Amino acid sequence: MSNYIKLIVLGLIVVFAAIGTNYARDLAYQVHAILVMLIAGGLFIWTLRNTDEPDILVDHSAEYMDGVIRYGVIATAFWGVIGFIAGTFIAFQLAFPALNFEWAQGYLNFGRLRPLHTSAVIFAFGGNALIATSFYVVQRTSAARLWGGNLAWFVFWGYQLFIVLAATGYVLGGTQSKEYAEPEWYVDLWLTIVWVAYLAVFLGTVIKRKEPHIYVANWFYLAFIVTVAMLHVVNNLTIPVSIWGSKSVIVWSGVQDAMIQWWYGHNAVGFFLTAGFLGMMYYFIPKQAERPVFSYKLSIIHFWALIFLYIWAGPHHLHYTALPDWASTLGMVFSVVLWMPSWGGMINGLMTLSGAWDKLRTDPIIRMMVISVGFYGMSTFEGPMMSIRAVNSLSHYTDWTIGHVHSGALGWNGMITFGALYYLVPVLWKRERLYSLQMVSWHFWLATIGIVLYAASMWVTGIMEGLMWREVDANGFLVNSFADTVAAKFPMYVVRALGGVMFVAGAVIMCYNLWMTVRKAPAKEASLSVAVPAE
Amino acid sequence: MEEYTLLRQFADSWMLLLLFAFFVGIVIWVFRPGASKEYKDTANIPFRHADAPAPLQGDDKPATPKEARP
Repeated sequence: MSNYIKLIVLGLIVVFAAIGTNYARDLAYQVHAILVMLIAGGLFIWTLRNTDEPDILVDHSAEYMDGVIRYGVIATAFWGVIGFIAGTFIAFQLAFPALNFEWAQGYLNFGRLRPLHTSAVIFAFGGNALIATSFYVVQRTSAARLWGGNLAWFVFWGYQLFIVLAATGYVLGGTQSKEYAEPEWYVDLWLTIVWVAYLAVFLGTVIKRKEPHIYVANWFYLAFIVTVAMLHVVNNLTIPVSIWGSKSVIVWSGVQDAMIQWWYGHNAVGFFLTAGFLGMMYYFIPKQAERPVFSYKLSIIHFWALIFLYIWAGPHHLHYTALPDWASTLGMVFSVVLWMPSWGGMINGLMTLSGAWDKLRTDPIIRMMVISVGFYGMSTFEGPMMSIRAVNSLSHYTDWTIGHVHSGALGWNGMITFGALYYLVPVLWKRERLYSLQMVSWHFWLATIGIVLYAASMWVTGIMEGLMWREVDANGFLVNSFADTVAAKFPMYVVRALGGVMFVAGAVIMCYNLWMTVRKAPAKEASLSVAVPAE
Repeated sequence: MEEYTLLRQFADSWMLLLLFAFFVGIVIWVFRPGASKEYKDTANIPFRHADAPAPLQGDDKPATPKEARP
């Protein structure tokens, strides 16, 4: 019966998308309408072929739902490499403008590819990592199979569709020009549906848990899911100009719009890239170190302090703007106070290794996780410092900001995700061990040196740029033109791009290592303690 | 009183107090007597049930039977 409803809905979507293709007011919308039409049409045929077939009922309740996590791991690695390559390419575009090819003007120039890069690494790489690991962690720590059956598959594929719609939209010019919130209204609506399903799967599993307590990692994951839902909806309250076009108008105006955008933007950092990834940290570091978290009490205080403070930090993106001073001071103060829970979390992660520090020498995966927490500590020190108004007047709008973002994103988010992937692949594909630990070491050093090159060159160029912008002569005239700063930045841009190349090389080595782990590493003997259900 | 001033007054006083009291309450609650023993057990959750969910108990319903793949 449910298949008939599905067929009706899919059929309506195909018809609607076909009409949209015809009436489309812009290229991005038209391409998306064609994409949706083809996907819905394909699903229609697939559903039709399975309709009225006898149901095969299999009771899976005695095992975890790992298929969707395996897909998530593959998607994470895939989108990661795509996003890193896009980032490295645009880094070279900045150093060598000739790479903005004439034949691809309006499609592959820096302005179009930059949001593609940021969304690919944050939402495609980071988002898939978060969805996959949250599904893994919530099952293990709740001792329950994922709630909702195939809903988890809907979350996975729905999220991939969101990524494809967002990425193709940017290249074709469908963007609402809000940092980290570029996708247009219909893509936002789709993400909202997928996200609600994600919340349902996660919360459903937590509710039917067999452990009396909700492990701290799940608190962080849940805060991430709930807050991102709230931020996404409020920052994307737009009215479409036409149902057949991608353009929409935001309901907020002026400084309120700016404030809501950066309330969203900073909490995308705070809840997507911090809270969610802290969930990863609180599960995978104890697992890899084979000892419980250093202090569970600290983890609870860490959680509440972090979510109480982060939500206020957004205004530090709007110093010296039309935003009232009190709001900008509020943002600055909360950003500085935020330093404490951040370092509390870092200490908790690092000290989990106390008594097992020798593992740093023998286990490159632990090394990866530890350096990730180290970068977390470094960028959560740098961030509060940059939010102070006096420092911000120098650092804002310069490459220092970009360096800060990347030491957090590559160092903290990237490294903890790599660590989690190295942990997950042998477990999910039931392998004895990874294919090669030496390759993990290579990845570790390539990535670490790449990040150091990146961050250091951006510090130099950012501070130089800031100082050049504010330099005035004896008569009070500006000394440097903007083009002077661009010319002076060239060597640092080349170093940054080379750092990117090293980081990509490390990620490619990881993909090969993980691929060979699945293909070649010895299979794990079935554990006798696990009861195999009779099927 | 206009809406903005009203909300601002409330945010600056009672809401601030409520949020702050909630946070302080959590810190006190975390250090309640007997917490250490309980948290020791909770912190060990990742080391249980790594391979399979906890077995079904009496009143449990089997999980959704119809799924595409494990």
